[in-house]
Amino acid sequence: MAIFISAVLVQNFVLYYFLGICPFLGVSKKIDSALSMGLAVTFVMSITAIVSWLINNLILIPYDLGYLQIVSFILVIASLVQLVEMFIRKISPPLYQALGIYLPLITTNCAIMGLALIAALNEYSFLETVIFGFGSGLGFTLAIVLMAGIREQLDLSDVPEPLKGAGIALIVAGIMALAFNGFIGMLT
Amino acid sequence: MATKTIRAEYLKGLWDENPVLRQILGLCPTLAVTGTVITGLAMGLATTFVLIFSSLVVSSIKKLIPAQVRIATYIVVIASFVTIADQFLKAFFYPISEALGPYVPLIVVNCIILGRQEAFSSRNSVGRSLIDALGMSTGFILTLLALSSIREILGAGTFLGHQVMGPWFKPWIIMILPAGAFITLGILLGIALQIESRTKRN
Repeated sequence: MAIFISAVLVQNFVLYYFLGICPFLGVSKKIDSALSMGLAVTFVMSITAIVSWLINNLILIPYDLGYLQIVSFILVIASLVQLVEMFIRKISPPLYQALGIYLPLITTNCAIMGLALIAALNEYSFLETVIFGFGSGLGFTLAIVLMAGIREQLDLSDVPEPLKGAGIALIVAGIMALAFNGFIGMLT
Repeated sequence: MATKTIRAEYLKGLWDENPVLRQILGLCPTLAVTGTVITGLAMGLATTFVLIFSSLVVSSIKKLIPAQVRIATYIVVIASFVTIADQFLKAFFYPISEALGPYVPLIVVNCIILGRQEAFSSRNSVGRSLIDALGMSTGFILTLLALSSIREILGAGTFLGHQVMGPWFKPWIIMILPAGAFITLGILLGIALQIESRTKRN
């Protein structure tokens, strides 16, 4: 439970680890596309957590192949994303349209890779890894949807010209990170 | 592109196509490791190593890679060099490797590197790709240095671990927190855009 809360709120992937910033800034202009991006990431994260744990603990550690960790994780993630992409294109073409270019980009979404690495670094058990993966995905979704909500409002307000776009988005993210800091107390 | 001089090819990475400030790529490591100058610099150098060698390899084997699997090929090339960099840091600079944590292996998903392979090395000669990689890396390192200097000086009152602010100075804790990273980078982006639009107008 502590892992879950910490993954969603305290050690939020976007606001604490700075992972997944590209989609966080790129797909956070509308709430619905932000939500679908968040769900796609949650989905891929949960599967990645399971698969990378299996690889790490059943193959890499027993055979002392730790140095292959980076290469094997990235390959697993790349193929997983490919699968998810084909799956979504088949099941829901509108969703596929909405996610557009960002779906293949999940491959280079550092959040997914970071999840596999951080879970391995913390030596989580299988169950903990699953919870951690799902929680981190939810945390990412929460952050990106909140961000999209704020940015929809921002469109109507008077932002200084040079800060438009990424600049103001980063400053908003900073203020959000500050607010999320308040959740640290929940764990102690 | 082909008519660009070597000099222009190098210089474009510094400002016109600065990977962080202009292309908004590679933000994750930029934000994560710039709490102190030393980690920012280490990250910049590690990324430079990976970018240069990946560009060299990709540009020399570009004719052998089938178009359908090119991304996967780039990723394997990049991952190999990241592994080398990671093992090297662990062996010779253990404290820095510890401080950077998961962010060294995460160079593999740094969009700058993959982006340059796809946009540049896969269509240009080895020499030109090398120059391009050098320029992009310099731009990346300079941005990391700027950001980490601001954050370390304001957040801890030190620069590379040396005290630079007088005893009257109260460190701004926020600069070391994630929030400080976001806000500082946001303002830097704004300044870069402002300078750009000024020079365009003249």
